Amino acid sequence: MHEGGLPSSTSAIPLIKPPLWLLAELTYACPLQCAYCSNPVDYAGHGKTMDTETWLRVLRDARQMGALQLGLSGGEPLVRQDLEVLVTEATRLGYYSNLITSGIGMDAERARSLKAAGLDHIQVSFQSSEANQNDEIAGMRAYAHKVDMARAVKAAGFPMVLCFVLHRDNLHRLREMLDLAIDLEADYVELATTQYYGWALLNRDRLLPTLEQVREAETVANEYQARLRSKMDIYFVVPDYYENRPKPCMNGWGSVFLLVTPDGTALPCHAARQLPGFEFPNVQTSSIKEIWQTSDAFNRFRGNAWMKEPCASCPEKEKDYGGCRCQAFQFTGDAAATDPVCDKSPLRHLVDEAISSARTTTIEKPIIFRNPKNSDRHTVKLAELTK
Amino acid sequence: MSEAKVEYATDYKPLHDGSLNLARGHRIQYEQVQGCDVLLYPEGVVQLSESAAMILKQVDGQRTVIDIAAELNRMFPEDGDLTADVRGFLEVAHARGWIA
Ligand code: SF4
Ligand code: SF4
Repeated sequence: MHEGGLPSSTSAIPLIKPPLWLLAELTYACPLQCAYCSNPVDYAGHGKTMDTETWLRVLRDARQMGALQLGLSGGEPLVRQDLEVLVTEATRLGYYSNLITSGIGMDAERARSLKAAGLDHIQVSFQSSEANQNDEIAGMRAYAHKVDMARAVKAAGFPMVLCFVLHRDNLHRLREMLDLAIDLEADYVELATTQYYGWALLNRDRLLPTLEQVREAETVANEYQARLRSKMDIYFVVPDYYENRPKPCMNGWGSVFLLVTPDGTALPCHAARQLPGFEFPNVQTSSIKEIWQTSDAFNRFRGNAWMKEPCASCPEKEKDYGGCRCQAFQFTGDAAATDPVCDKSPLRHLVDEAISSARTTTIEKPIIFRNPKNSDRHTVKLAELTK
Repeated sequence: MSEAKVEYATDYKPLHDGSLNLARGHRIQYEQVQGCDVLLYPEGVVQLSESAAMILKQVDGQRTVIDIAAELNRMFPEDGDLTADVRGFLEVAHARGWIA
């Protein structure tokens, strides 16, 4: 989801467009333990992972509603042995299918069989450009295998996005990462600075880079992009804490994005499950059509009738939709508040305080890795953090 | 992701005179639900106007800008000379990385 600029609807009654993006989180199982993982902290306590047949039905129903881009994600989607079956059906249905993987569970053979099943594109994520740091952040020895797998992905003929998740400890390696991307012949590079939800929120004090680091990284990214113009596209996602306007989150709630979690819960964004006062529908008990068009959860923040001041009377509300509902909730306790990243928000100081808090946190503070044990331990703690 | 209409980018990458092809990982497909052609690429989708789709569908790995303009002129003789429009659009498509 790179480009912005969606056409704006001018009426207060939201026009329900098709769910162009279906993100299928096929499993929360993952051999890695990234401390910035966007999966919910309490994932270990969630319901049963859905079987092949149910996912096939989700793919068919969403496609009928107009879904076009399919993200196969997780956890680590390669953990699922039925991935090829799902991809084959996605191809038949006319999806553009994207596999979002850490590369663990891939081998040259599997890359070829996914290609044969019609998979369109693979995104491989790296934790760093340096083996030891990569493996430290990932919580296992993964780097060498990832490099091999990125080569296998290209050899099988896929367009490849390399995604580097950036934070305080690895931003200074940006040149190395971009050099690695060139070496691996990536078609696109996503430099995704960590967004603070899920595990990343738990580790925010240790992960949030300084403003100086971010500006320096921007300069490097621009320099490489100018040099590489026709070969490789680089997208640099700045952490929004350092902006004075929020991101147009998900292009608006219930606008284009539909996420289905491993247990079938349908969400308008990755982090929405934490919002209180919601009953998120499940694909096993409601049709995709009901979920998208009539469920309370997907309609709650559609359009802009729900907005409060300063958003309600703001001329920019069609541009950023008041920002991110989850971020608003995490900072202010009110999901309908203005995203406090916005400098028009009376609560902007909360974001600035988070920045100062990270600034004064030293590397001695332990990082909490994403694994089932920590999931159980920190489920309660996160509830406290999002006061 | 974007459904943006084509805007003219300011910095054109020079468009070559050789055969044009859709860029790696890009494809065009008609969408019943939206009633139009769309261009799909890794993690992105662009809704195409009728004329944009018409031109892009001529991009087949064989034809050059000149061939494509000639084809469009043959298809729409009543519209006058479309060569400049076709080239202008292909330049934008090229600058956006849709064609190579
Ligand atoms: S972010 Fe890391 S831990 Fe989370 S699913 Fe991806 S690879 Fe696994
Ligand atoms: S006040 Fe609300 S709508 Fe206006 S710029 Fe800030 S977040 Fe966006």
